[in-house]
Amino acid sequence: MSDTIQSGPVLAADGTPLKRSLQRALRRQKMRALLLIAPLLAFILITFILPIGDMLFRSVENEIVSETIPETVDRLADWNPDVSALPDENVFNAFYVDMFLAQEKKEHTRLGTRLNYELTGVSSLFRKTGRRVTRFDTDIYAKQFIALDPAWKDPQTWSALFDVSSNRRALPFTTRSWDRWGNYLRGEGKNPGEEDIEDFLFSALHEDLTRLESTDGVDPLIAAATQAVGGFETVSVRDQFLDIDKDWGRQDVWRIIQVYSPPFTTGYFLNSVDLQLGVDGIKTRSEDQRIYIVLFGRTMFMSLMITFSCLLLGYPVAFLLSNLPLRTSNMLMILVLLPFWTSLLVRTSAWKVLLQQQGVINDVLVWLRIVDDANRLILINNQTGTIIAMTHILLPFMILPLYSVMKTIPPSYVRAAKSLGATDWTAFWRVYFPQSVPGIGAGAILVFILSIGYYITPELVGGTTGVFISNRIAYHISSSLNWGLAAALGSILLILVLALYWVYDKIVGIDNVKLG
Amino acid sequence: MKTKSFVIAALGAALASTSALAADMTLVSWGGAYQASQHKAYAEPYMKNNPDVNIIWDESSNEAVAKLRAMNEAGNITWDLVDVVASDAIRLCDEGLAMEVDHDKLLAPAPDGTPASEDFGDLLVSGCYIPQIVYSTTFGYRTDMVGDTPPTDVCAIFDLDKYPGKRSLEKRPINNMEWALLCDGVAKEDIYDVLETEAGQDRAFAKLDSIKDQVIWWSAGADTPQLLADGEVVMGSTYNGRLFSVIEEQNQPVAMLWDAQVFDLDGWIIPAGLPEERLNRVLDFVKFATDTQRLADQAKYISYGPARKSSAPLVSKHAELGIEMGPHMPTDPANAKNTFLYNYEWWADYRDDLDAKFQAWLAK
Repeated sequence: MSDTIQSGPVLAADGTPLKRSLQRALRRQKMRALLLIAPLLAFILITFILPIGDMLFRSVENEIVSETIPETVDRLADWNPDVSALPDENVFNAFYVDMFLAQEKKEHTRLGTRLNYELTGVSSLFRKTGRRVTRFDTDIYAKQFIALDPAWKDPQTWSALFDVSSNRRALPFTTRSWDRWGNYLRGEGKNPGEEDIEDFLFSALHEDLTRLESTDGVDPLIAAATQAVGGFETVSVRDQFLDIDKDWGRQDVWRIIQVYSPPFTTGYFLNSVDLQLGVDGIKTRSEDQRIYIVLFGRTMFMSLMITFSCLLLGYPVAFLLSNLPLRTSNMLMILVLLPFWTSLLVRTSAWKVLLQQQGVINDVLVWLRIVDDANRLILINNQTGTIIAMTHILLPFMILPLYSVMKTIPPSYVRAAKSLGATDWTAFWRVYFPQSVPGIGAGAILVFILSIGYYITPELVGGTTGVFISNRIAYHISSSLNWGLAAALGSILLILVLALYWVYDKIVGIDNVKLG
Repeated sequence: MKTKSFVIAALGAALASTSALAADMTLVSWGGAYQASQHKAYAEPYMKNNPDVNIIWDESSNEAVAKLRAMNEAGNITWDLVDVVASDAIRLCDEGLAMEVDHDKLLAPAPDGTPASEDFGDLLVSGCYIPQIVYSTTFGYRTDMVGDTPPTDVCAIFDLDKYPGKRSLEKRPINNMEWALLCDGVAKEDIYDVLETEAGQDRAFAKLDSIKDQVIWWSAGADTPQLLADGEVVMGSTYNGRLFSVIEEQNQPVAMLWDAQVFDLDGWIIPAGLPEERLNRVLDFVKFATDTQRLADQAKYISYGPARKSSAPLVSKHAELGIEMGPHMPTDPANAKNTFLYNYEWWADYRDDLDAKFQAWLAK
């Protein structure tokens, strides 16, 4: 060894520098490890992270407006409600095309439902309009065009006209409408060259032609129509809409469409903190509709209460379990685990039977004369009910981490403390308790996070004052179908939990959490 | 020897019949006694006639609209036929999630040849909907807790002097707002006009305020029957079929208060976009399961009224209790003296708004 003095890098057996060869070996190992967990990683990514991300994204997404009525959104951008009380005729023309196509695709009621979240009454307005928009008195355009040249009646003419780019440039609005109509028909398995030309296309054509300045390079058919169109009899599409429902003359209906035109919106998030983005900016909701802030506060408060009562009840149990001989403690452990094997609904219903005013607990108390028959305790359908039932359900999640941490605390420490003259209490409080803190940390965080998302139990035993924000989220997901609002509420809940976790890390330190 | 070969043959036949192309058909319903009645009245006889079809039940009607929408977005519809209430059917049809049906073409006519659309009449509230039954949300009361004067008027729920004790109401504005206005002196035909105004809504809430601290709010149909049976409440609203089973099957001291019962419908929708093979199978089943006799048969197992007019005379006795089911139907003339039909379209508009107000009111 000593006679082979080397300068330069240490070499491995094959002559490459040892450092590099080591790195390569390590990299290979890392790759292998990554490959081993790759299926799990992919699984979590696909089944957990992506769906949640997609769901949370809905809280800001608002493309439904600009996708369903693109022309209207486009033209409405120029409307200034301070200048004219209502959008002008060409917005209505665009809206006619959009609505016609939307009702063919059955998208108009969905849009109506979306806007109804912001302005009550829009839902039925859209539904009603969808039913009537196909029967507008706009057929006079079709009649006049066909009278001018019967070729207009033939869908083949239209197909041919809108294949030529100079025609398309001359008639932009009609081109877009024709393309959308064609896409829709092809989606239905139909050929646009064979279906009747609908009135809305003639109405769009009429608008384009009145605006057309030069007929250079366009088809003679269009040129001829441009000459004639000045003498055409016209019909006001706006009046047609007002005829269906006078609400189309309401400024706030149009304002709400305008305000909710962009593809992204803060509307859902504002709603979930009791604000509303309405026709005149962001305002707090009227007092009789404010609910979410209260519910968030209540959710936090009750979750903390539940965590605290779990700790209060769980600590002595875990202490007992970890200090009994193994045989006995195993027996008792089964009792702790037993609730896990019982259905959640059964346990919750059992609490109903126990806690209600004519229930077991009240009956016993009355029988013992502790409580007067006329003043039975109200233990359920309020916050008390939720806290009792959920403490019971979540108790094992507190006991188990506590138990596994306490199990590792050597009893000799407490004995040593006592032999040095500590009282029982001092020995527990100064020696034993600090060592069990990691268990408390783990149990508390588990119980708190689980309880913050519970909704079945609160729904069944919580009455009106014992429900959580998650009950509202469930309602918006499955009943009202306002998924955007549900996603916004869920995002806020997630952010709150993460923030609390951060605070917890700062105060307790996450290294101090042990599950065993 | 003979028996052995027979056993083998039988085994073979059994294997063949289960594995041999028994196509699955997934029906979605509410679970419980209602789904059981559908199984006995429709599915069992159908599978007997069509051994190649295997009917599977999914108890998801509660969240059918949300799930169908999710399935539609994912492009994978796993359900073949879905049982929903009328308001959900209208929403599904609106959103294009349910298939439009030509009732006269797809459904069996009445025995006398009346086309299906006339036989169902007004109950065809949506072009996608095939109604099965009429149910009602109505009140039950404890006969031993109301003294000598049992309530005959729906406004008894607001009368704490005469009928002290708790009452149970559903935890949503629908129905409760209407009853509140009705008992505050609004004429039945004016209710929705009044409820449309801010003042009218305040008026309904004020009426509900008068009993608020005596109300237990329910969200599952089984709650009120349990609360009545335990004597927790003196009266409460729920579906009439639930009350029937408390009264007749469990013999509890409970009676019906039919006054101002609110009619609603339950029926089938076919999800839009089913592949042809599955669609044909479903259509065949629907034609069978919604004919006059089958709808009447369902009333043997549960006290809901068949949706076809022609089924009413065929309603017979309860399959197990042997009692005549006619008088227990919400549509029976004696029960339907004062009924209320809730306005689907109005609620489609005001549901979000009023629900927010209702929840805020509850939390106060």
